[in-house]
Amino acid sequence: MKARATAAAIAAVLFCANRLPAAAESIAAAGSTALLPLVKAEAQKFARSRRDVRISVSGGGSGTGLTEVAIGAIDIGNSDIPARGVTGVLDHRVAVVGFAIIANPAIRVSSLTRVQLRDIFSGQLTNWRQAGGPDVPIVVVNRPRSSGTRKVFSHTVMQAAPIADSSLTVEASGTVVETVRSTPGAISYVALSAIRRSDVRRLAIDGVAPVRANILSGRYPLWAYEHMYTTAHPRPEIEAFIHAIASDTVLLRQLGYFRVADMRVRRDDR
Amino acid sequence: MTVRRAARVHAIEEIIAVTFLRLAAALVIAAPVTLICYLGHEAAQLFVHDHVAWQTFLFSPVFDPDGGRPGAAAFVAGSLAVTATAVLIAAPLGYGAAVCIAEIAPARIAKILRGVIEILAGIPSVVFGWIGLTSVVPLVRAWTGTSGFGILAAALVLALMIVPTLVTLSVDGLRAVPHVLRENSTALGATRGETIARAVIPAARASLLVALILAGARAIGETLAVEMTIGNAGILPHDLVHAAATLPTEIVLDMGGAPPGSLLEHALFAMAFLLLVISTGLISLVRRIGARRGAL
Repeated sequence: MKARATAAAIAAVLFCANRLPAAAESIAAAGSTALLPLVKAEAQKFARSRRDVRISVSGGGSGTGLTEVAIGAIDIGNSDIPARGVTGVLDHRVAVVGFAIIANPAIRVSSLTRVQLRDIFSGQLTNWRQAGGPDVPIVVVNRPRSSGTRKVFSHTVMQAAPIADSSLTVEASGTVVETVRSTPGAISYVALSAIRRSDVRRLAIDGVAPVRANILSGRYPLWAYEHMYTTAHPRPEIEAFIHAIASDTVLLRQLGYFRVADMRVRRDDR
Repeated sequence: MTVRRAARVHAIEEIIAVTFLRLAAALVIAAPVTLICYLGHEAAQLFVHDHVAWQTFLFSPVFDPDGGRPGAAAFVAGSLAVTATAVLIAAPLGYGAAVCIAEIAPARIAKILRGVIEILAGIPSVVFGWIGLTSVVPLVRAWTGTSGFGILAAALVLALMIVPTLVTLSVDGLRAVPHVLRENSTALGATRGETIARAVIPAARASLLVALILAGARAIGETLAVEMTIGNAGILPHDLVHAAATLPTEIVLDMGGAPPGSLLEHALFAMAFLLLVISTGLISLVRRIGARRGAL
């Protein structure tokens, strides 16, 4: 009797849930954690004006975004790197993001050369003393293979040298900042948009600081186009959402991104 | 007439029930068989399709899928090291608590203790990982002057996670020891301590060992809490206080960005298969101990 009542209750709930006014359209986006703050913020804004659209946003890394959009698991794959060799997807460049070399605040070093960076991340230099800092062991914090930020960093700074296997690996941009903040001697690379307060030290590369003017002029080397990949023929609301992100100058600026049109240098990354 | 009808209804009900039970059993068996076949098939692609030598996969400590050399030895070593350390930490705690609950504590206290341990068993691994990240890692950092991330931090968190398994199974084992054994021991003039140490524990030895192995099997597969505390460095572990990685942590970190059909994906499947082989090995060890003792 009791079981029958429970079954009836479940059936009633299912029936009602079915008849609730469901959101007409849903958009799923995943990938780059460097782009995540922007997509998340715009998704909230977008949902206020378009109540018929539900947007779910998650991270996972650029590789995850590219893989999942290619197999059709999600609608938008966010990536810091171009989708080379992936067919049937449409590229939307929505922003430019700068990446900073960050260190634990106790490390009083303001700039490193590319050679020093290469030696630190490949494990040749193991103490900050060797790079003009205090006598503290260097703890390299790395990102997983699926990270687009890692690819941009590797390409720009490391060139052929591999990042040491002995480095710590953390999953997302936000976690990188937290790990570097709390671990003595830590150094890593992360999107400027992931650094919220001044809780980590941002280092210059060859004396060029990761600030707006230097990034826009192209003097600072560590930046990338942020891509949002869709299927070849995205639904109108997906296009509308992507357009909203790329054109939201206020939000871009507020969260530390730049408009593609503001860059005074071009890079062919397709 | 009604009796006959009732009998017929019963017969139909029985056919339906038996069919359902058979179907359920078939599904329960089919699920792991399908899983193992799928995993094995994908794992085999690494050696058949990508031509990676199995020696490279098993014995090379360098995981370089881009260079076609996905060696998993560092992760196997990491898994074994973190599991062994966790079991070593958990054993005295778990056995101590089990003896206390089964033999020493008054019934009311024992019940409370068991309740607390069941609560511990119900805490999700992300909570353990979070506590590990915010308390255990800084603690290890303060002790050792390293980054704090590493086998020791992960093993401390894991030890706490496997204690419930260890305690619950050990308590069951100790309670299964016939009461007459304790009475005889006491009658021979043994104290309570001597009875526990010389009569009860030896009698429950097989169950206690099984409890430890199953706790180890739980530890070797744990992913999230370990991923948050071990530091995820793909190198052969050379001590307990530096970062390492395990099979599950490497799988979870890399699987998102592994394109379907790529060497990286096949390597991760092979690692998952290896993990399955290891835990199946542990389970069959448990069965063998049980069969020898006739306890299970």
